[in-house]
Formats: sequence, structure tokens, C-alpha cells
Amino acid sequence: MIDFTLTLLNSISWVAVAFHTLAAVVCISALLVVLVRNIVHAVLWLAVCFVSLAGVFMTLDAAFIAAVQILVYAGAVCIMVVFAIMLIRRGNMGETNLFNKQVWAGGGVAVLVTVLGGFLSFRIRYAGSAPAVPENTVDHIATLLLSKYVIPFEVAALLLLVALVGAIFLAKEVKADADS
Amino acid sequence: MGENIFVDFTAWLRGLISGLGVPDLFNDIILMIVKLAAIIVFIALNATWLVYMERKICAYIQSRVGPRHHGPVGLLQPVFDVVKLMTKEIVLPKNVDLVVFLLAPVLIVVPPIVAYSVLPFGKDMVAIDMNIGLFFLVAVTSLSTIMFWMAGWASNNKYSLVGGMRVVAQMVSYELPLVLAMLGVVMITGTLNLSEVVNAQKNVWFIFAQPIAFLIYFIAGVAETNRPPFDLVEGESEIIAGPYTEYAGMGFAMFYGLAEFANMMVISAMCTVMFLGGWLAPFGLTFIPSWVWFFLKMYLVIFIFMWVRWTFPRIRVDQLMGFGWKVLVPLSLANIFITGTGMYIYRAIGW
Repeated sequence: MIDFTLTLLNSISWVAVAFHTLAAVVCISALLVVLVRNIVHAVLWLAVCFVSLAGVFMTLDAAFIAAVQILVYAGAVCIMVVFAIMLIRRGNMGETNLFNKQVWAGGGVAVLVTVLGGFLSFRIRYAGSAPAVPENTVDHIATLLLSKYVIPFEVAALLLLVALVGAIFLAKEVKADADS
Repeated sequence: MGENIFVDFTAWLRGLISGLGVPDLFNDIILMIVKLAAIIVFIALNATWLVYMERKICAYIQSRVGPRHHGPVGLLQPVFDVVKLMTKEIVLPKNVDLVVFLLAPVLIVVPPIVAYSVLPFGKDMVAIDMNIGLFFLVAVTSLSTIMFWMAGWASNNKYSLVGGMRVVAQMVSYELPLVLAMLGVVMITGTLNLSEVVNAQKNVWFIFAQPIAFLIYFIAGVAETNRPPFDLVEGESEIIAGPYTEYAGMGFAMFYGLAEFANMMVISAMCTVMFLGGWLAPFGLTFIPSWVWFFLKMYLVIFIFMWVRWTFPRIRVDQLMGFGWKVLVPLSLANIFITGTGMYIYRAIGW
């Protein structure tokens, strides 16, 4: 009996199990983000969606992308939404994430995205066996970022740095005006 | 002597389990569960001890004696604290967002526990030796903000909400200098693996190579754990207890006892790993096991945290944000610039 259980357990592809569980969580939580009526709950489901998406990246051995996903999306994007909610808080948050009447426009965009996504994934010729994922993915990402994609990378970095310095400058400037 | 006690135990356990005919995959899973359970027990035990330590240090700084009635020198005080908190009724106020209200104190301890899984406690003593350990740790601990905000929002209390807003503003602002300060170390070592960061400090600890980064990290770390002088989040004279106002019994204990001390331990452990040489023994005192050195250094940092807490008064909200964005962030950016230039010059000289 034990031997039978063990062979059964060994025959299951555990990565596939993890992937399908995580994929189900991603889909359900993404749907709930749209369907839940309270926008605070929508944000929390959004965080669940982002974290489980990071789990999907983990199953692909892309730990770096998973950490970026958690840090940028769950840690920063959700917090941006939280800021917006807190700044416009109403007495009753019960009916804050409602549907509007633009069914046709929304449906059109949804169909377009589905068709485009399906077309792109159909066009990829899946190789029989994927090449092995290198042990150390960060090095490869760094090499690519600073060789092939160096110009977009540097432009983005410069943009972010300018934004950061600008924010500090603005904060200082406002203070100086208030004093005078 | 005792150096490999935990490593040997793991190897022995692995041998024992595989001796029972369990396949390797489940052996790995069982060992992983054992390691993570050990981390949870470690955090819980240390949190109870830190409650006692905090009360004693507070008392001595204020010329008092502190807890002394239960057990020798009051050592059983945390046990009585825990019993008291566990037997208290969990009060559910009217009109709270029930699921979010109850989930927040449970989820709040998850980020520090997950963060501990990549921390090297000693030589070869790390639950998951992740290649991007530092980055993973930063990412996971950034999730704490949402849990605090969940508690503050779900309580349906204006003090809680103000506290929640302060948590979000403060933790987001001070996360930036915290990470930028650690970048200096990452630039020197050229790795995100925490074990390799420790190994790179064989010759000189990074507190000497990166003193400004250490200071920025320490200040931002105090702010990240919401401890005085940055405890605006729970400033009791202003907003009662901030996000924890409506919590009672174990709900409150999860926030105040477990989560705060667990976060403080993560920040102190990271400080040890990044700047104080981790588990490396100073002055060649290698006869003391590496994990003892790790705990000694971690507790030294925790002691300084407590010392700061009971010495400085609380700062104002506008000072807090101004200090973070106008002093710490530019300073950490300057530190990165100087580090980069210095490394380039060193290489040009050929050191």
C-alpha cells in the first residue's frame, strides 16, 4: 500500500500541480478584483493576485522576476491604490467598485486582448524540450541589460533618477517658499 | 566545538528519513518543513525573551528595577504576559470589516517568517540558500505595509485609520533609504546571496567600509520597525495605538509582541549580515561557534535599538517625512555615487 502510494506520488509532476493551483488562484483573484463591490477588498485581492503570479514565476525558476513582481506590484502598485483610497475616503465604502454602462467598449477591448494573446501564444513554436534554465539567472539578466538593452535600460534609469531628484527638489522648494 | 551541531543534526535527520525508505523529494519537503518550523519556534521564543529584555532595559534606563517577582529576576514574566494575553477576550467591535480585521493580525507575522528563510544564521546554516536572497528579503518585507494598513482600515475607527495612513507613508518613505543603503554593500560584493555577502567580509566588516550606509540603514531600520523615535504609527499620546487600537488579547499581541519584535529581529539580523560580518568571528576567536557570534551581534544591534527607543523623544510627522526624503535619500544616493567612484579608483590604482 505504501509502495503504491509512493509510486503514485512520484508519478505526479509536482511543478504542474503547483502551476495549476497558482494559476487558479491568479484567475479567481483577478476576477474578484473586478467583481467585488468594495474597492478596499479589490485592492487586497489584487495583492493576492500579484503574489500568486510571483509564485508562477517561481515555478519557472525565475526567482529574480518573482521578487521584482512582489516588490514592484504587491509592494508598490497596491500601495499606490491604497494612497488613492485613503485620500478620497467616503463614509461608506460598500459600493465603491461598481460596473459602468460601457459594456460594448469593455467587451471589445476584452475580445481584442484575448484574440491578440491567443494569436501570440499560438505563433510561438514550442520546442519539444526547453533548454535548461541556468543556475544563476541574475548574471544573465545583468549582462543582457548592460549590453543588448543598454540604451532603454539607461534611459529608464535616468528617467527614474530625474524623477527622484525632482521630487526631492520640489519638497525642498515648497519649504523655502513657505518660509519667505 | 558545537560549530556543526545544527548542520550535523540536519544531516542525521536526512539520513534517518531516507533510511526509512522515503524518496528524496519527500525527504527534502520534510526537512524544509522542519527548518521552517524551527524558524517559527525561534521567532516565538525570541519575541517572548525580547518582551522581558525590553522591560528590563527600559527599567534600568529609567532608574527602576523592572519585573522581578515571577521567577528568578523576573524571568518568568513573559510567560505570565502570554497567559494573560491568551486568556483575554477577543473583542469584535461593531461595523468592522470582519474578515480583513481578523486576517490582519495573522498575516502580519508572515513577512518576517518568510524573510528568515533566506538569512544565514551561521556557517552553512541557511534554510534556503537563495541566489537573490537580499532582494527576496527586501521584496517580502515590503509586504508588511499592506497588513498594517488592513488592520488600520478594517477597524473602522478614525484613530486606526490615521495610524494606517501614517504606517503607509512612513514605511514607504523609509524603505527607499533602507534599500539604497544596502546597495553600497551589494556594489562592493557584487552578489545578492547573503552567504556570499558574509564571506566577502572576511578581511574587513562593511561597517568600516560603508559607515554612512550603516548609519542610514540603522535609522531607516528603526523607522521601518515603527519603533520610537519613529513610532508615530502608534503614538499613544496622539492616536491611542494607531492601527492596533481596536485589537484585544492575542490580536494585539500578534501586532505588538510578535510582529514588532520579529520585524526588529529581521532588521537586526540583516544589519549583522550586511555590516557586522554576519557569523564571522572577530579577532580570530573561531573556537566560539559561528551561530553564537551571529546571535551575539544580532543582540548587540537589538540592544542599541532598545537603547535608542528609551533615550530619544518622538519626532513630529512633518519632521519624519522631511528627514526621510530630504536627508536620508540624498545621502544614500551620494553614498552610492561615492562607492562607485571609489571602487573605480581602487581598480585603477590596482589594489
